[in-house]
Amino acid sequence: MKEELSLTVNGQPYELYVKPKTLLVEVLRDHLGLTGAKRSCNSSSCGACTVILNGMAVKSCSVLALQADKGEVLTAEGLAVGNKLHPLQEAFLDHGAYQCGFCTSGMLMSSKALLDENPSPTREQIKEGIDGNICRCTGYNSIIRALTAVVNGEYKEAK
Amino acid sequence: MIRDFKYLAPKTLKEALTLLDKYGEDCKVIGGGQSLLILMKQGLVAPEYLISIKGISELDYIEFDAKEGLRIGALTTHRAIEKSPVIQNGFRVLAEMETRLASIQTRNWGTIGGNLCHGDPAGDPAPVLMVLDATLKMAGLNGERAMPVEDFSLDYFETALEPGELLTGIQVPVPPPHTGSAYTKFNVIESDLATVGVAVSITLDSGGGVCRDVRIALGAAAPTPIRAKQAEDLLKGKKITDELLGEAGQIAFTEAEPVSDIYASEEYRRELVKILVKRVGKEALARAMQA
Repeated sequence: MKEELSLTVNGQPYELYVKPKTLLVEVLRDHLGLTGAKRSCNSSSCGACTVILNGMAVKSCSVLALQADKGEVLTAEGLAVGNKLHPLQEAFLDHGAYQCGFCTSGMLMSSKALLDENPSPTREQIKEGIDGNICRCTGYNSIIRALTAVVNGEYKEAK
Repeated sequence: MIRDFKYLAPKTLKEALTLLDKYGEDCKVIGGGQSLLILMKQGLVAPEYLISIKGISELDYIEFDAKEGLRIGALTTHRAIEKSPVIQNGFRVLAEMETRLASIQTRNWGTIGGNLCHGDPAGDPAPVLMVLDATLKMAGLNGERAMPVEDFSLDYFETALEPGELLTGIQVPVPPPHTGSAYTKFNVIESDLATVGVAVSITLDSGGGVCRDVRIALGAAAPTPIRAKQAEDLLKGKKITDELLGEAGQIAFTEAEPVSDIYASEEYRRELVKILVKRVGKEALARAMQA
């Protein structure tokens, strides 16, 4: 039997009916067509499905959708305003902070959660902030460089 | 694939206990689900009813008073514990342990009570709570009971919770003066479970020289988290030196009952116990001397 689920995703309210076993990543991808959050390891290991739920980074493959009921979700699709990319996205582009791009949306969401909590992290804190996200291309240094550039105010319109 | 289930989301402890009593063996409780959902995806757990207690706000708290000590609700997230100033100041080892537990994302959603009830011997919180002499509180429709945390795990993924019971909270006493505690784990990837985890708490006498009390707890070194009591006995009443801590490690090596798995062999885990007991013991001692 399906249950009612209310979610606000990237500022847009949704009312839908889902099977109780549905995961948050499945609601986002399969029901709402928001494919930013990747379903990859499906076991909380890789972080490619990271979204921000009620202000906190979570792995959407490991959150039951109904447990997020009445919650506010931000996905990579919600970072840009119109055609204007979020400063983190600009910085990722400028610093080549991706190779295959598969981890990028999860990396962006962990980065956003980090900077929302601590706008001026040290290099060590940046590394801790993205610790739950795996980049199989091992492009960590460029990701750290992109984040550092945002922290250093090179992308003034940050946040 | 997760098998279908009926979902129930009580808002109060009373409602949750009523549902647990009603559905008994047919139901499973989910907190943040950071461990349970993995088992459900693998088909190892397939309840007919899933009772989500995540929304029960009365079980989400961190409280402290000088007499009772620290009280943590079972549904407090790992991240809340990690970030709590009260815990960072008065129970530093608990915050440090949480910082090393899984990833930020998991800590944001997962709860300390859920971790304990999952009953994985490699879990980080149990050994630390054991050396802090913590007590667990449980409730059922017939009332409440409490037990030392070290009595809670019975076997792999098996706890002392009776059908119809919920873990409600954790109580950690204020450590005696001149006490220092430390925890570390060995793992290959920082956000992994412990290959072996070791927690040590040392209380020195008022002169600061002799070990008045000591607790050593091992994670992932036996079917449940265990105390290394013979190693503790060696240290009690003595002036602790590096050499003595090395001997304690050697004794803990024999007390451990680890298994071999894809992460490490039994022999390797025993070696880790030996080394980590000494290493963590030194850190706990240094902290006790500063306390």
